[in-house]
Amino acid sequence: MSKSTKKIEGITKEFTQGVIDKALEAYPEKGRKKRAPHLAPNTPDSSATCVKSNRKTVPGVMSARGCAYAGAKGVVWGPIRDMVHVSHGPVGCGWYSWGTRRNLMTGINGVTQFGMQFTSDFQEKDIVYGGDKKLKTLLAEAHELFPLAKGISVLSECPVGLIGDDINSVAKQAAKDLDLPIIPCNCEGFRGVSQSLGHHISNDTIRDYIIGTREFAEPSSPYDISLIGDYNIGGDVWSAKALLEEIGLNVKSVWTGDGELEKIAATHSVKLNLIHCYRSMNYMCKVMEEKYGIPWLEFNFFGPTKIRESLRQIAERFDDTIKENVERVIAKYDPIMQAIVDEYKPRLDGKKVMLLVGGLRPRHTIGAYEDLGMVCVGSGYEFAHGDDYERTQPEMPEATVVYDDPSEFEFEQFVHAMKPDLIGSGIKEKYVFQKMGIPFRQMHSWDYSGPYHGYQGFSIFARDIDMAVNSPTWKLVKSPF
Amino acid sequence: MRQIAIYGKGGIGKSTTTQNTVAGLAYLGKKVMIVGCDPKADSTRLILHAKAQNTVMDLVRELGTVEDLEIEDVMKVGYGGIKCVESGGPEPGVGCAGRGVITAINFLEENGAYTPDLDFVFYDVLGDVVCGGFAMPIREGKAEEIYIVCSGEMMAMYAANNIAKGILKYASSGKVRLAGLICNARKTDKEFELVSALAAKLSTQMIHFVPRDNQVQRAEMRRMTVIEYSPEHPQAQEYRNLAEKILNNKMLVVPTPLEMEELEDLLMEFGIMEAEDESIVGVAEKAA
Repeated sequence: MSKSTKKIEGITKEFTQGVIDKALEAYPEKGRKKRAPHLAPNTPDSSATCVKSNRKTVPGVMSARGCAYAGAKGVVWGPIRDMVHVSHGPVGCGWYSWGTRRNLMTGINGVTQFGMQFTSDFQEKDIVYGGDKKLKTLLAEAHELFPLAKGISVLSECPVGLIGDDINSVAKQAAKDLDLPIIPCNCEGFRGVSQSLGHHISNDTIRDYIIGTREFAEPSSPYDISLIGDYNIGGDVWSAKALLEEIGLNVKSVWTGDGELEKIAATHSVKLNLIHCYRSMNYMCKVMEEKYGIPWLEFNFFGPTKIRESLRQIAERFDDTIKENVERVIAKYDPIMQAIVDEYKPRLDGKKVMLLVGGLRPRHTIGAYEDLGMVCVGSGYEFAHGDDYERTQPEMPEATVVYDDPSEFEFEQFVHAMKPDLIGSGIKEKYVFQKMGIPFRQMHSWDYSGPYHGYQGFSIFARDIDMAVNSPTWKLVKSPF
Repeated sequence: MRQIAIYGKGGIGKSTTTQNTVAGLAYLGKKVMIVGCDPKADSTRLILHAKAQNTVMDLVRELGTVEDLEIEDVMKVGYGGIKCVESGGPEPGVGCAGRGVITAINFLEENGAYTPDLDFVFYDVLGDVVCGGFAMPIREGKAEEIYIVCSGEMMAMYAANNIAKGILKYASSGKVRLAGLICNARKTDKEFELVSALAAKLSTQMIHFVPRDNQVQRAEMRRMTVIEYSPEHPQAQEYRNLAEKILNNKMLVVPTPLEMEELEDLLMEFGIMEAEDESIVGVAEKAA
C-alpha cells in the first residue's frame, strides 16, 4: 500500500512528540502513563503500529466512544431495512439512537422498511419480575402490526444482561410460534471497551442465526459479489453499488446499508466479498472465507485516485470483461473528476485537515483530501484496533499526529499545535471547534450531506469541503471579548 | 459431555457433596470440570487444596475487562485431573452476583473451556435461584440435568420444592430436567422415608442417601475430599456409590412441584409438623 513516504514541511517527529508531551502534562501521573502509548508521531514505514488501541478509556477524560449496544443497533442491525429492530430494555437507548446515523433506506416506512423505534420500555416491574413475558408479547404484536417485516432483531440493553433474562430462549420460541426469523443479540452496553465489541457480537449473531439460511432467487453468475460494511450513510451504498454495477458486477447483497435480511442470509453463495468498513465486519468476511471459501477484498471509493486503484484491484479478481469495463469506466470518469479537481483544487491546495472518526474514515478519506490538494496532519479513531492503525500509518504523512480514543482536551491541544484548516469529526466535537472559528465537517453522518462515496460522491465531497474551508462566515464573526 | 447443575438450600452441603461426588467420578476415570457459580467461591477448594481460587470476576476486576483474560489464569487442575473454575463475584450487599455468573460462563464458552474430552461439567450454584443470572447454568445448551441436595429438615424440603418450581419453568421451554434429590442426611426423624416420599411427589427419585459422618469434616479441615483423604473409609464408598448412580442415571423428569398445602400435609404425615390449630394463630402469649 505504501508508496513513497509523504512529508510535510515543519512537521517532524520531535515537533509532534513535543506537542503530545505538552498535552500529556495536564494529566496526573497515572493518567499520563495510560494515555501516552495511545498518542504518537506517525511512522509510515514501520510495520508495527505506533499507538496502543482497543483499551479501556481512562476515567475522567471525555471520550467520543459509544457502547456495545450502539455498535449493534446503530451500526450493524439498524440499517437492515426490512426487519423490525427491538431495543430491549428501558426506553432511552432506543429513542436516542433512532435515526441519528443517516443510514438511508428505500421503501415505505412501516410497510417495506422499518426505520422506526421499537422498544420494550422496561419499567420497575420488568426489572424485578423479568421482561421475558413482555418480550414475547411485543414480538407477537410487532409481527401483527407489521406483517411484512421479514424478521425481528432483539437488541439487549444493559439491564437485560444484569437481571439475566434469557432472550435467546424467548426468541427461539417466538420464532417457532410466529414462523419468522427472530434474532437475539446479547449486546449489553457494558460489554467491552467501546462500540467495537457490539460489532463483533453482531457479526457472531449473523453467523449463528442468519448466514446460510436462504438462497438467492436468481441463478448465480461469476460476477456475483456482496458489498460488506457499507451502511449507506448519506446514500453511499447507492453510489458504490451503481459504480460496481457499471463495471459489470452483480451486487447481490449489501451488509447492511439499505440491506435486506433474505439477501444477507444468502450471501454465502457470492464469489467475492468487497469490504468497506473493515473494523465492523471483518469478522463475517473471515467466517465466510473459512466456511464457504469466499475471498474478500478491502476497497476505497473516496476520491478518484483511490477509486482508480480499488477498481483495478477488484478487476484483478475477475476476467478480461471486467478488466476492460474497469478501464472504460475509469476513462469515462477521469475527465469529469479532473474538472472537479480543476475547479476546487486552486482554493484548497495546501490546506490542512485533521480527522477523528470511527471505523474506516480516518484512513479511507485521506486520499480524497489529497486529490483536492489538501494534506492530513493528524488522524485517529474512537474504537480502532491495531490492524486499523497498520492500515492507517502508510496513508498519513510522516510524523503527523496519530491519536487513539483521544480526549477532547488532547484533541484541542493537537488542533492548537497543528493549526488545521478543517476538522472532520463528530457531533460532540463540532461546536467546540466551530466556536474557535475553525471550519468543521461532521464526518460520521457527512454533515447532512452525501453521498461521498464513488465518483458521484466526490463532486459532493469537493463542494462541501470547499464550502467549509472557504466560507467567509468565520471571518465575519466578531468576538465579543 | 453431560452437564449437571447442583442446586439446594444454602448451607445444605452442595459444595461438599458436589466435590466429593466429582472426586468419585474422577476416581471412576471420568474427566470432569467444576464451575463454581457462587460469589463465595468455595466450590473447588477440596479439589485444589486451596483456600480460595482466583475467580473469573476477581481477575476481570483487576484487569478492567473480560477481553484481557486468559483461560489459563482462571482454570486450575486438581485431584484426579478435575478442572476447576470459580465465577466469583461481589461480597454480599453490593453489585450483581448474577451477572458475574453470566460473564464467567460466557467467558468459558468463548475461550474454549468446554473441550470435547470432558465427560461431565458440574455447576455448583448458589442456594437460591434469586435472579436470571443463577439460572444461567440451566439455559439452553448448558446443564440439562439437575440434582437438588436436601435433607429431612423442613426448610430444606421447602427449598427443594421451590427449586423444582424453577426447573419446571425452564423444563417447559427447554431440555432441562430434574434428575433426582440427593439426601445429605442430618439425622432427622424418618429422614430416608420423608425425602423418598418428597422425591416421589416431585415425580423423581432420591438418587442416594448420604449418611452423616464426621469423616467429611475431618477431610474438609485438610481441604480434601473424603475420597482423596481416606479412600478406604465407608463414607468415601458412599460418594463413589453416588457417583456411580449419577453415571448410570437415566431418570430425567419434568418435575411436578407441590402446592404449599400438599407439602405441609406430607410433613404432617411424617410427624415433622403439627396439625395447624387456627385458634392460636395471631394470639399473643399473655392473652392466651
